[in-house]
Amino acid sequence: MTTASERLGPPGPGRAAAQLGKPEVSDLTRARVRSAWLFLTPMLLILALVAGWPLLRTIWFGFTDATLDNLESYELIGLENYIFLVQDPTWWRAVWNTVWFTLVSVSLETILGMAIALTLNAHFRGRGLMRAAVLIPWAIPTIVSAKMWGWMYHDQFGLINDLLMRIGILSEPLAWTADPDLAMWAVIMVDVWKTTPFMTLLILAGLQMLPQDCYESAKVDGVHPVKVFFKVTLPLIRPALMVAVIFRALDSLRIFDLIYVLTSNSEDTMTMSIYARQQLVDFQDVGFGSAASTLLFLIIATATVIYVTAGRLRLDGGR
Amino acid sequence: MRIPWSKIAFYVVVAVIVLYTVFPFYYAILSSLKSGSALFNVDYFPFNASIDNYISVFREQPFGRNILNSVVVAVLTVVASLFLAVTAAYALGRIRFRGRTPLLFTILGVSMFPQVAVLSGMFELIRGLGLYNSLLGLVLSYMIFTLPFTVWVLTTFMRDLPVELEEAAIVDGATPWVIITKVFMPLMGPALVTTGLLAFIAAWNEFLFALTFTLSNEMRTVPVAIALITGASQHELPWGNIMAASVIVTVPLIVLVLIFQRRIVSGLTAGAVKG
Repeated sequence: MTTASERLGPPGPGRAAAQLGKPEVSDLTRARVRSAWLFLTPMLLILALVAGWPLLRTIWFGFTDATLDNLESYELIGLENYIFLVQDPTWWRAVWNTVWFTLVSVSLETILGMAIALTLNAHFRGRGLMRAAVLIPWAIPTIVSAKMWGWMYHDQFGLINDLLMRIGILSEPLAWTADPDLAMWAVIMVDVWKTTPFMTLLILAGLQMLPQDCYESAKVDGVHPVKVFFKVTLPLIRPALMVAVIFRALDSLRIFDLIYVLTSNSEDTMTMSIYARQQLVDFQDVGFGSAASTLLFLIIATATVIYVTAGRLRLDGGR
Repeated sequence: MRIPWSKIAFYVVVAVIVLYTVFPFYYAILSSLKSGSALFNVDYFPFNASIDNYISVFREQPFGRNILNSVVVAVLTVVASLFLAVTAAYALGRIRFRGRTPLLFTILGVSMFPQVAVLSGMFELIRGLGLYNSLLGLVLSYMIFTLPFTVWVLTTFMRDLPVELEEAAIVDGATPWVIITKVFMPLMGPALVTTGLLAFIAAWNEFLFALTFTLSNEMRTVPVAIALITGASQHELPWGNIMAASVIVTVPLIVLVLIFQRRIVSGLTAGAVKG
């Protein structure tokens, strides 16, 4: 790429100087680089304060027996927290729940988001209205979505039971959020509802940048639309799709609020974030909770690196 | 005349999608307008609307204060992150210097931080600065997710601004500060609105930090207040109040999002699908 500074090489009065041995140009460049760092410093300081430092402290606390009511006095206990952590079946349950939740919800969101994006990409009357409607779940705060769906899932007065019983699918009401077999699905359905718009928007943006000529030639050749989708559309929007998937997956892997509000600390739906926060805040065990947080961080970081490398993703958009 | 089945099928699909995305919120509004035992009958259409729940949600907890808290926190977060991000984005978007690419990737990495991974360190920091149970503590902690994101999006916007403008300004002897404030800022309006709005929504909706770093009812933000609304007993949640509170805090957001639809879409997709 060509940045401003490259093209800014020797413009205007600098040009004469450049022919004489470029003292002015390098002065200009040096001054610009200096101001770049000056401009970056406040932002970097704040970022170091709210991201770098807390992360380091969390990792540090993971090797201690610190408690929430007394963060000042603690002892280093080495890997003890981690040894307990990897032996705790509840932790592994939480890891599995998180992975399962992410796999299922992101897959469903991708398929549904793709379907809605393809619909929105067609030209029809009322498209603007539909696009606005699709954005609504995205605009609703997660906590509100959780409460709204919690009310619809209500075992006695909920709409979902009522609806399913009216059309004869259910013969008796189900406890959607309390039943161990159903709770995870209930949570996944809310997440899919809430975050499909994000997926739709990213896929739609990808679709709208596709060249129209290959579609026209496919039409002329009489290729079936389904075949066009798999042979032309899908390969072309793959980069956009991969980026959308990783954003969503990273979001799902750290999910806390939706599940915490819908099913509280229930083990059936407990994710890594909920587990770590429960240890930290409810059980006041900062040392152990920090170890769980750190492991969560490592798991997500590893998953990201693998995904980005395997997918040969260019997150900078080829910059 | 032939019946256009494919067209009908298409519009059925559209109708189903719209119903799916809109119905839950419609049902929340419906429930919020029911009082007393009417709440326990499932209805699909409104009748006998009453605003009892909207009155009692303000009477039974400091919900007005909670809304004010959320507004203050979200506005301060937006102002602070935009201020820090604009200058940083100029440096990252328009000046080529050693370490720029690693820096961009670090920032992108921070935006992917799981919040819980910094929870205990952040708790210690907030308490150490004397900001526990205060709105400023929340603003500071929210920088971890709004700052990387605003820097990233504004950098992509900055990069696409015409280079001729900057060249002309440099020829006229403008310093980088003048270039940012006098030359680029007027052009950045749409970008600032977009990123500001997205940062506002993120701060408005945040739950984990708000739940952990505040203690008293008076300091809570809206999401925490709604999540912690309880009734006489734990098993009797006042669903009417909860739905009323939900509608109150959601309607302004939906209006904003619908007004700025195009900008939000371009902000969300900037950096993600470009290139």
